[in-house]
Amino acid sequence: MFKTLSTVLLLTGALALPTAAFAQNECAAGKTIEEGMLTIATGNPAYYPWVIDDAPEAGKGFEAAVAYAVAERMGFANDAVKWVRTSFDEAIQPGAKNFDFNLQQYSITEEREKVVDFSNPYYSAAMAVLVRKPTMEAGASADLASLKKLKWGAVATTTALPVVMRIIEPESDPLLYDDTANVAEAMKAGQIDAGIFDLPTALYLSAVVLDDGVVLGQFAGDDAQKLDQFGLLMEDGSALKECVDGAIDSLTEDGTLAKIEAEWMQEATGVPVIK
Amino acid sequence: MNRRQRYEARQRRRSGLIATASTLIVLAAIYLLIPLAPGWERVKASFFNWDVFARTFPTLLEAFLLDIAIFLWSAPIIAVLGLLIALCRAVQSPALFPLRIFGALYVDIFRGIPVVLVIYLVGFGVPGLGLPRPWNSPYIWGTVALVLTYSPYVAEILRSGIESIHQSQRAAAISLGLSERDTMRYVILPQAIRRVVPANMNIFIALQKDVALLSFIGPVEILRQAGIFKSLLANFTPYVAAAVIFLAITIPATRYADYLMARERNARG
Amino acid sequence: MPEAEFSPVKLALKGVTKSFGPHQVLKGIDMEIAAGEMVCLIGPSGSGKSTLLRCMNLLEPIDDGYVYLDGADISEPGLDLRLIRRRIGIVFQAFNLFPHMSAMDNVLLAPRRALRKSREEVMPDAEALFARFGLADHMNKFPDQLSGGQQQRVAVIRALAMRPEVMLFDEITSALDPELVEEVLDILRQLRADGMTMVLATHEMQFAREAADRVCFMDDGVIVEEGAPEAIFANPQRERTKAFLKGVLRRQV
Repeated sequence: MFKTLSTVLLLTGALALPTAAFAQNECAAGKTIEEGMLTIATGNPAYYPWVIDDAPEAGKGFEAAVAYAVAERMGFANDAVKWVRTSFDEAIQPGAKNFDFNLQQYSITEEREKVVDFSNPYYSAAMAVLVRKPTMEAGASADLASLKKLKWGAVATTTALPVVMRIIEPESDPLLYDDTANVAEAMKAGQIDAGIFDLPTALYLSAVVLDDGVVLGQFAGDDAQKLDQFGLLMEDGSALKECVDGAIDSLTEDGTLAKIEAEWMQEATGVPVIK
Repeated sequence: MNRRQRYEARQRRRSGLIATASTLIVLAAIYLLIPLAPGWERVKASFFNWDVFARTFPTLLEAFLLDIAIFLWSAPIIAVLGLLIALCRAVQSPALFPLRIFGALYVDIFRGIPVVLVIYLVGFGVPGLGLPRPWNSPYIWGTVALVLTYSPYVAEILRSGIESIHQSQRAAAISLGLSERDTMRYVILPQAIRRVVPANMNIFIALQKDVALLSFIGPVEILRQAGIFKSLLANFTPYVAAAVIFLAITIPATRYADYLMARERNARG
Repeated sequence: MPEAEFSPVKLALKGVTKSFGPHQVLKGIDMEIAAGEMVCLIGPSGSGKSTLLRCMNLLEPIDDGYVYLDGADISEPGLDLRLIRRRIGIVFQAFNLFPHMSAMDNVLLAPRRALRKSREEVMPDAEALFARFGLADHMNKFPDQLSGGQQQRVAVIRALAMRPEVMLFDEITSALDPELVEEVLDILRQLRADGMTMVLATHEMQFAREAADRVCFMDDGVIVEEGAPEAIFANPQRERTKAFLKGVLRRQV
């Protein structure tokens, strides 16, 4: 019986490999919004290092690469993948979606789980503090006592806000914005001193968006509260979840995910830990 | 009662009964039929969740105080600037012609751009030029944006009010030897302003709502706070609560504007 | 009756023309009004009576010709007319009271603002005028609380408060109910007795006949005929005058 099973598995595996390019894997059949196509969503614009040059179709950038890897494991070749864009906020509303899954640095949280489904995590991000050089020169440093005194800004619907409110507990009320671009703008305008982003985004903003940006510090990776897990976002009760999770688990186990991370995510060395 | 009064009393009773009956039928229909809709339970849980309403209401009310504060300091500036622009457009003397052009351009430009664009451009753009704190505050420049976009409406309303004052008033004032300025100040403007109060009230009610747009550049007022609750509780009821709070202010204001309009109509009729 | 030939000329018009767009309303008016004289302008509507009065105080600028006040050319383009307008008062057919002020405030506005006098300074004179014309009880009422006749009388008081040297009246009784006309005419009689120089456009033929020093008949932008009231009414010379009077006098009781 075991022999028969393994033969069957072998045969199935042998058949599946060459036909993967032409037909969907059983697991995703009938569960995507468009038969035979996998519709993936990301942000508008999609930032570095998650997507290079705002062109996810090219597969360059950490999230773009992860997306195509997951698609392949699920049985969708590169040309069976379709991209759409949504705002960050739009996707975490309850309701039907126009994508099969969405990836734009969505942290898996309990509240969000109530209205959408997340896949198993594909990345762990430390939260980092971004300031401008003048602020650092004025005495801001990587410890909570100093951070409390700064004027904070955050994107209202992200996990950055709870970190600001509960961990930092700033002396003055933070200002809140709709998206990362606005927080960066407010920093440029000197209306806020500091913002919290996932470490890769913070590094990008400090190097490219702000002329004089500095990543002041990151929150210790060992504290579960301060580490964000990114997951692929799907409609609540999505039939695809099992399949997606299967793909991610497979990528994690065979080290492909780690390889993609190493390829696209810079080493975040030298960023002090906040005390 | 005479014969006509008896007849009219009978008519009134009849129409009262019909009105009450039809209103009750409509209310009953709403009450009975809406819950029959397939998605009603979900909509109710998502938008009309009493528990969420009660929990979020106090914080939302507090956030609304910020909206009110912004309104209270913006409205007078808008009123004054609107008046100045209207006067710019009303000047006759050729030496002051640039003022007329300025007035017309100002009105055309700022009536033509959506408020939210001006809020972004002014709220981020101006401080981005390098102003030191506190001069770069989003409260200051957000207010400037509101003033820039709302004063043209007030200006146009005042201008039409001024033009609606019959020429004969000016003729009488001038003939008495009053200067153009005194004529405008003591004869034309008092009448014009009084006449357009209802129209201006509409503008200011709209302003109270657009104050919420300042949330785009940082301030945590009621719209932003409702959004935070929405994300936190995965429920839209906070927005309904915010709407209720807005209506608590705007409906009495609208009724008052209607009352003023009726009074104005009766006075001139 | 003062003898016109011995009194100095208060107001004079020479060759005054005025057009509104393509339509010429005044086609060359020559007139002299002596100090203390009361001149009545009569004529059909559209003849230019109203326009002529408004040109006299330069409320309407004239196209050509001259207007002289006490011998000085006040029609020179570009003059500051405020000072001149204080010296000539005008009362309109539609009263033109300021509806947002009381009768007293209507009267006080110009003396306070244009003459820069304080309320205390101008009040006594104003109160005296109200009393003189029988409106002492109505000083603090608003125009919409007054009858037409009362409003018109307040309008006269308002013009008089500036102490003008000449008073112009543009058909001031035409908008009044018949029973209110007499109280206004009474004021005119009083002013005349005071020796005010007055020019009236009017349809009140009986009044003109009895009170005017001189009557001018205007038609189609020109003064057709002028003279003593008796001369004009009893013995009109021109055809147009005769035609007009026949129509008007037949209707008036």
